[in-house]
Amino acid sequence: MQLFFREKWEVEGLQTVGILLVVCSSLKLMHFLGLIDLTTAGKTNDSLEDDFELSTVCHRPESMDKLQEQTKFTKKELQVLYRGFKNECPSGVVNEENFKNIYSQFFPQGDSSMYAHFLFEAFDTDKNGSVSFEDFVFGLSIILRGTINDRLNWAFNLYDLNKDGCITKEEMLDIMKSIYDMMGKYTYPTMQDDAPREHVESFFQKMDRNQDGVVTIEEFIESCKKVRHRQVQYFTKVSTTLTFQLPFYYSVSWL
Amino acid sequence: MATGVAAWLPFARAAAIGWMPVASCPMPVAPADNRRRQDELIILNVSGRRFQTWRTTLDRYPDTLLGSSEKDFFYNDETKEYFFDRDPDAFRSILNFYRTGKLHYPRHECISAYDEELTFFGIIPEIIGDCCYEEYKDRKRENLERLQDDQEENKDLKLPNMNFRETMWRAFENPHTSTMALVFYYVTGFFIAISVITNVVETVPCGSTATRKDMPCGERYTVAFFCMDTACVMIFTVEYLLRLFAAPSRYRFMRSVMSIIDVVAILPYYIGLVMTNNEDVSGAFVTLRVFRVFRIFKFSRHSQGLRILGYTLKSCASELGFLLFSLTMAIIIFATVMFYAEKGSSSSKFTSIPASFWYTIVTMTTLGYGDMVPKTIAGKIFGSICSLSGVLVIALPVPVIVSNFSRIYHQNQRADKRRAQKKARLARIRLAKSGSANAFLLRKRNGLLNELLELTGAEADKQKLAKPSSLLESQHHHLLHCLEKTTAHEFVDEQLYEQTCLETMLQSFPARRQSGSSAEGVTTTCCGRRAKRNAPLANAALHPGPNQQSPLQELSAIHIQCGDRTAHAASRSNLNMRATDDVGRVNCKSGRITTAIVSLPTPPSLTYDGDNLRGPPSRRPPPSSDQPEGASIQTTTSSANIVKVSAL
Repeated sequence: MQLFFREKWEVEGLQTVGILLVVCSSLKLMHFLGLIDLTTAGKTNDSLEDDFELSTVCHRPESMDKLQEQTKFTKKELQVLYRGFKNECPSGVVNEENFKNIYSQFFPQGDSSMYAHFLFEAFDTDKNGSVSFEDFVFGLSIILRGTINDRLNWAFNLYDLNKDGCITKEEMLDIMKSIYDMMGKYTYPTMQDDAPREHVESFFQKMDRNQDGVVTIEEFIESCKKVRHRQVQYFTKVSTTLTFQLPFYYSVSWL
Repeated sequence: MATGVAAWLPFARAAAIGWMPVASCPMPVAPADNRRRQDELIILNVSGRRFQTWRTTLDRYPDTLLGSSEKDFFYNDETKEYFFDRDPDAFRSILNFYRTGKLHYPRHECISAYDEELTFFGIIPEIIGDCCYEEYKDRKRENLERLQDDQEENKDLKLPNMNFRETMWRAFENPHTSTMALVFYYVTGFFIAISVITNVVETVPCGSTATRKDMPCGERYTVAFFCMDTACVMIFTVEYLLRLFAAPSRYRFMRSVMSIIDVVAILPYYIGLVMTNNEDVSGAFVTLRVFRVFRIFKFSRHSQGLRILGYTLKSCASELGFLLFSLTMAIIIFATVMFYAEKGSSSSKFTSIPASFWYTIVTMTTLGYGDMVPKTIAGKIFGSICSLSGVLVIALPVPVIVSNFSRIYHQNQRADKRRAQKKARLARIRLAKSGSANAFLLRKRNGLLNELLELTGAEADKQKLAKPSSLLESQHHHLLHCLEKTTAHEFVDEQLYEQTCLETMLQSFPARRQSGSSAEGVTTTCCGRRAKRNAPLANAALHPGPNQQSPLQELSAIHIQCGDRTAHAASRSNLNMRATDDVGRVNCKSGRITTAIVSLPTPPSLTYDGDNLRGPPSRRPPPSSDQPEGASIQTTTSSANIVKVSAL
């Protein structure tokens, strides 16, 4: 060592340089091996590329003739419905996020996300996570043009969250809470915390004939029909208006 | 099938004549062509501008909107054309795609508008031709970055239920969220500064003592500096451990740059504690001292500019690498040349090629210290060439780095500007939203007032007639109305809500305390204040309990109940609030009938927005308990016997 260096302290300095180099190169090696991650903002760039591919999901509905056969709408009505639908969702499908956004615009005072979720599940009959135009139109056809039984069936399907054929108190409570959530905070009279529960209790009292704790489809239809006919109409109309008024109502103004 | 070759299919089929002579099996039957009609012109009316094209042109791409049966949804029977309510300018490039098979991206279009058009017409953007693809992708990436920035901003919003750990992590990452976080931020910054200054001051000569002249302060006040150092390291250790605890993914945190800097900053101290001061490792000890200066990098958490700089340097790594490489090449070349040029001269400082490296570097960066100077003519010539080329080699990669830095810096500035604008935007959007809610309430009031006026035959206030609203609005209001009926609650606006809240609190107060004078006083003053707010409330939440069918019936029922209630209320309120009479009176005046009334004798369900789920009776307990409805049936005496009902 004495050959190259004139003074002793040079050795120390060079040792320092050497140690620094070793540390930096080991850091680099660890980064290369993936043990540490020396990138500060590098995480964004790769994920961007992936998002490109996913956004081009496109869905084409069946032809208008087939839809006309399967639903009770006329050609013109289907056209109007489709135009509205396509304008709102150019990709041809609505996913739950968009659906919730659209629905929340009608209830500015409350939180409609839970109810929108239940609605979405009721419309999405093939359970693929998105509502296509066919799902939409089939649901509408039942609600608007179906028989009383069909409509009650559809409402029952909406309430029956796990689709097992009977409505339990918990399911009803969930639905009721979501409806009450839509009212928001500023109501008159002040919203009590147990208001949904009481409502559910009375509902069950009326509907559950054999008092077994669940409401089956027969009990449901029967008790709805027993109440005066007009009220049934109003009932279904209420659930109609509640479920239906999506932003295409300029297209269904004949309602 | 590939683009545009559909037109050549008949030719290909005709050219199959070449196979017929040598075919070993008979040819299959040609597909029936019964759908063939004469190729016709299709008119596409896009917002008034008519485009015309052949049907076969559109049929080339059957998996798009125009090529499939989906366009029948837009067919207008009367005018026999397809009407699309979209942008005609963007449609031009889409139709050109069908005609030429190449999709071009018009540069003046906004990227998201264009994307939407493509999605609407069912065309995937990957088809964009090579001429325009790069531009498209660049702009799309820019847009996405912008959206991502916005999304990250949204994540700043406080989630409703965050546990302690998440709160702490948020506090660490965004110091402006809470005062504690801000305090922590400034304290750590302060200690970093202290630590760095201590390191620097340690070496300053601090005056002389008996043993030595000019001792550095570090050796003179060893204990003090050691304590300072220990304090700083304690703070840094605690901070690191807290961050480690709060990190959502500890593994990822430990791998990140900032945590490595933290570790490198505090580790030397601990190593120094562990190691004793023996001769063998003294060199390493010196190095550890050097590492303490890395604490200054901890400032990058506190400074956005430092982070930008670091990010720029990282993103220009290739340019920097090139710069280094070319400099190294040039240094070696010129050092060799200078060494051999100066070899001959006596007492030359150019003793070896490595020794000439120093001269070359100093010359190429135009520093020119003058400690090594060429003496021979050849040396001087090569020296001047060296300095000229140095300027060029260094000047070349620098603009690249500068432009990178400028781009990133402007991006950051744009992000900050957007953040500032966003607050104003959100506020305006919220205002618009609440506008729609208020529109509903206003319409309710107007509508109800109108109906009640008709009922009671009052002629006054004709200007309060409901203004004709659009179909959309009336349907929306109908929807909200239905929701009200379903839940048997009403929408009110904020002031009314707070008023009712306070009133219910006040009502429950006197029910419980019969004779607390302080309670009295409190209620009096509260009511007194409330009274002033009640008085101007001329049109509180009205609601058409009565409808066209049985209005009078309901009204009379309400009147009756009203009479009872008033007396009852008066008595109850008089019991407790004997201080001022007007308080009691006011309580009767503010015109709100509450839930008790709803149990009307008539079947209430035949209202025009019939609601058979109109509140099960069990929800309305009789008013004996401390329910809020007690004393609040009130009639206004202001306008002629208008009973403010809220037939819930």
